[in-house]
Amino acid sequence: MNDSSSLPAPPPWSFDPRRLGRLGGLAGLTMAFICLIGMPVKIDTVPLIERHLSRGYTSLVWVPIVFGFIVASQVVLEGMQARKRGLGDIIDGTVVGGLGGFLVGVLAWLINNYDIRDPLINWSPALYDFLTFSKGTGFAFFIWTALGLGLGAVGAGLQVLPAAYRRMATWPAIAIVSVSVLEAAFSDLLENLKLEFVADAIYAKQRGVTVKGAIILAVLATVVAFGRDRVKTLVASANANGTVLPGAALLDNVAASTRKKISTALVVVAIFVVPLFLGRIMHELLANVGLFILLALGLNVVVGLAGILDLGYVAFFAVGGYTTAVLTSPFAPWWTPELPWFVSLIVVMFVAALVGLIIGAPVIRMRGDYLAIVTLGFGEIIRLLFLSDWLSPYFGGAQGITNIPGVELGVTTIKGTDPRAVFYLVMVFCIVAIYASWRLENSRLGRAWMAIREDESVAEAMGINTVNAKLAAFVTGAVLASFSGAIFAAKAGSIFPGSFKILVSVILLVVVIVGGMGRIAGVMVGAAVLIGVLGGPSQPGLLQEFGEYKLLIYGVLLVLMMLKRPEGLLPNVRRSRELHGDELTQDVWIKAQIEMDEEDGSATTEGEVAPA
Amino acid sequence: MDLFLSFIKAFLILMVSIGLLAFIAQQIDPNNPFAEWRNEGATRLGWPALKGLLIAGIIQGFMYGLIALGYSMVYGVLGFINFAHGEVFMVGGMSGWIVSEKLFESGLWEDAFLLALIIVILISIGVSTLTAVIIERVAYRPLRGSPRLIPLITSIGVSFFLQYTVSLLLGPASKSFPVLPEWLTKDRTPLDISGTQIMVLAVAIISMAGLWYYVENTKTGKAMRAVAEDKEIAALMGIDVDKTIVRTFAIGGAMAGVAGIMWGLLFKSLIFTSGFLPGIKAFTAAVVGGVGNLGGAMAGGLSLGVAESTAPLVLLEPLGIPGVSQLKDAVAFVLLISVLLFKPTGLFGERLSDDERA
Repeated sequence: MNDSSSLPAPPPWSFDPRRLGRLGGLAGLTMAFICLIGMPVKIDTVPLIERHLSRGYTSLVWVPIVFGFIVASQVVLEGMQARKRGLGDIIDGTVVGGLGGFLVGVLAWLINNYDIRDPLINWSPALYDFLTFSKGTGFAFFIWTALGLGLGAVGAGLQVLPAAYRRMATWPAIAIVSVSVLEAAFSDLLENLKLEFVADAIYAKQRGVTVKGAIILAVLATVVAFGRDRVKTLVASANANGTVLPGAALLDNVAASTRKKISTALVVVAIFVVPLFLGRIMHELLANVGLFILLALGLNVVVGLAGILDLGYVAFFAVGGYTTAVLTSPFAPWWTPELPWFVSLIVVMFVAALVGLIIGAPVIRMRGDYLAIVTLGFGEIIRLLFLSDWLSPYFGGAQGITNIPGVELGVTTIKGTDPRAVFYLVMVFCIVAIYASWRLENSRLGRAWMAIREDESVAEAMGINTVNAKLAAFVTGAVLASFSGAIFAAKAGSIFPGSFKILVSVILLVVVIVGGMGRIAGVMVGAAVLIGVLGGPSQPGLLQEFGEYKLLIYGVLLVLMMLKRPEGLLPNVRRSRELHGDELTQDVWIKAQIEMDEEDGSATTEGEVAPA
Repeated sequence: MDLFLSFIKAFLILMVSIGLLAFIAQQIDPNNPFAEWRNEGATRLGWPALKGLLIAGIIQGFMYGLIALGYSMVYGVLGFINFAHGEVFMVGGMSGWIVSEKLFESGLWEDAFLLALIIVILISIGVSTLTAVIIERVAYRPLRGSPRLIPLITSIGVSFFLQYTVSLLLGPASKSFPVLPEWLTKDRTPLDISGTQIMVLAVAIISMAGLWYYVENTKTGKAMRAVAEDKEIAALMGIDVDKTIVRTFAIGGAMAGVAGIMWGLLFKSLIFTSGFLPGIKAFTAAVVGGVGNLGGAMAGGLSLGVAESTAPLVLLEPLGIPGVSQLKDAVAFVLLISVLLFKPTGLFGERLSDDERA
């Protein structure tokens, strides 16, 4: 992009009422939808910033900003010049935001004049009061249109600003929102570190960030954004002038891989040290998150590495849990060997591998999409079998199996009453899983998996036994899932078929996809953020008020990720190249065409680099 | 591997034949030693009970067939499983519930039931068609040409979104339909079929006949078949491919809407998760009949419905399995797996774009 001046310019900005109308209408519909599913009223009780902004209003005001941002965005093809931004974009954003805000006013008017509360449960006076600030319909029209105009302009303005200034605007907002969301965790941590005065300064008594705290955070975030920018420009100019900055030599002496190792070690230490300073509720949360990280790591081998869409992954979680329960609990209805947990774990591994083989053998040859539905069927069958009267003499049916002893370690017993110990146990298994998937990824088998994921026929032609390789992935995933099942059984102390719904599989799929299929760090971050903040299928996250909405949000996330970024937020490089291969080819082709045109038909071969 | 697969196949065949033989034995004489071998308390299943099961199965099968048409048509044209189709069915049923509640309050439901029914059906069709078309526009069109699993994952997301949207907008409780008039619900003499069942049958048959005529005899139907065969060539022949795909989704959605409202009237209640299992079973029906094959989808639906309602008592109980009615859903999945094991192209053959049609 250095020689952007020689590239053709895109058409200049023009007023496009149809596009603006469509996006503005969409913004209005989005806000109306959020109102009608009852989100703002439900979470209005919790403030984001004490007395000034509640989470309820926050759930609406992001919409005009985002739509303003979208309307001012543009797709820059490689080989095309980026359009110069200006006032036109801000006008676009203002119009879109204002239209959206006006439609919210219309909603308030409709609620006041028509009563359709019978089917729509949230069409309520409470919503009307929320939208009008209890000041009447006219005020609602005024305030929402004004808010929409302003926030739309802000959203578009973010696009117009240069990236450095944009960061200075967005980072404070992100900082305040995330500190508020993480309130439970942070205040707990600060309290245990005997730093209550910090917590008191940031957080208000009735939850939410104090005004003072918000200002401090905003200033801090701006300073960090500004400082980062300064350092970058300094380094760039120093590199350009050939001067050596003080300290650069130190950094240069440390190789990039060593730096990566150091930062990884720091993260690992933090994961093991921070829980020491947290309270019980946070330990419970961490233990749940850990279980899901372990599950997601296993699913990552199946979906991410081998590209097998296994929707019945929960089946192996259930097998692990039930096998542990039968082997360790004295209350198992059929056979009670009462083995210690670690001994039973060995049996669990074999049982899970066997079940993986039995389920895998018939399904692994099917076309990818049939396989997805059939594994879903197996996941459901296994739950139905555990629930049925037929197998209840063996697995307890709906009553489940209770009194599962914890993990005996000689000196102590890890069980659900001590979630911190469970968390450490899970982390140990996560390390095993990470090591296993890392070694697998770089092994002959892992390369075979990736080849299959990319193109099965070609992989087969290259001499890979695709059936065996896929089956190996399936069984590996099954064994990893059974580990979390075993820990889950020890943690919960009792086990019921209701814990193993298809929902678990789907949420895990969302976690793996949002994090980044095929990349271990991505999957872990995805699991930590999604399960930690929103919560698992039946485990609450940090945003407990969001409990009702989390499944809706998971659905939306899945669709948005597939449409906009199928490779995930922290993608695996090879995987994203597979998914965007066509676009790369196209861009390279356009570039080549332009270069050919410029040289008056004398063909260059430079631009026709084949995409990797 | 192959040996193991053959073993699974043999095991399935063995179980089905033992179950059937034991059933026949118990029908001849409940004290027959073979019938008592696995199931000590074997009793003869009376003809009325069996007939009731068969009729319930056929009715259910017609509804599966109606939903399966949508799966089959979309798979035929775009080559991916529209997982959200079951939710389109649920949305149709839910909108039918809203309208019938309102009509019941206004009194039209009791005064002129047939008129009310037609209004309800038309509105359900309208809403579910609209839902299907919007889904196609928003979620699937931008993904045209991407790997097969991407739209499938998207449709799982859409399905979640629709389920919880309905749950949050209308409340998570189960919705019960207003009472049907008595002249409709009472049993009719020749086969003891209730009027409701006759109504469901009639509506299902009429809509299927309409669909058949539309796809086989109209110009748009022809365009649909052409697009299913080969999109590029169809476009070269002057067919608007995008429009045809939208129409395919619309028709699938309409059929799902009819099925949704019939389901509601027959079982009298719906909940926001109602679309999930019928959706998967309808997909099973589409696979059983052969994906892309409309007649096959219907036949697949019927066989699935009958298998699901009779298999617990005819196959599983003679095998001595207690609490068989709980395993009804498992029967559908086992059927799906067996069809894919024994005859992956379905009982009546697939009709997909890469296949040559005879």
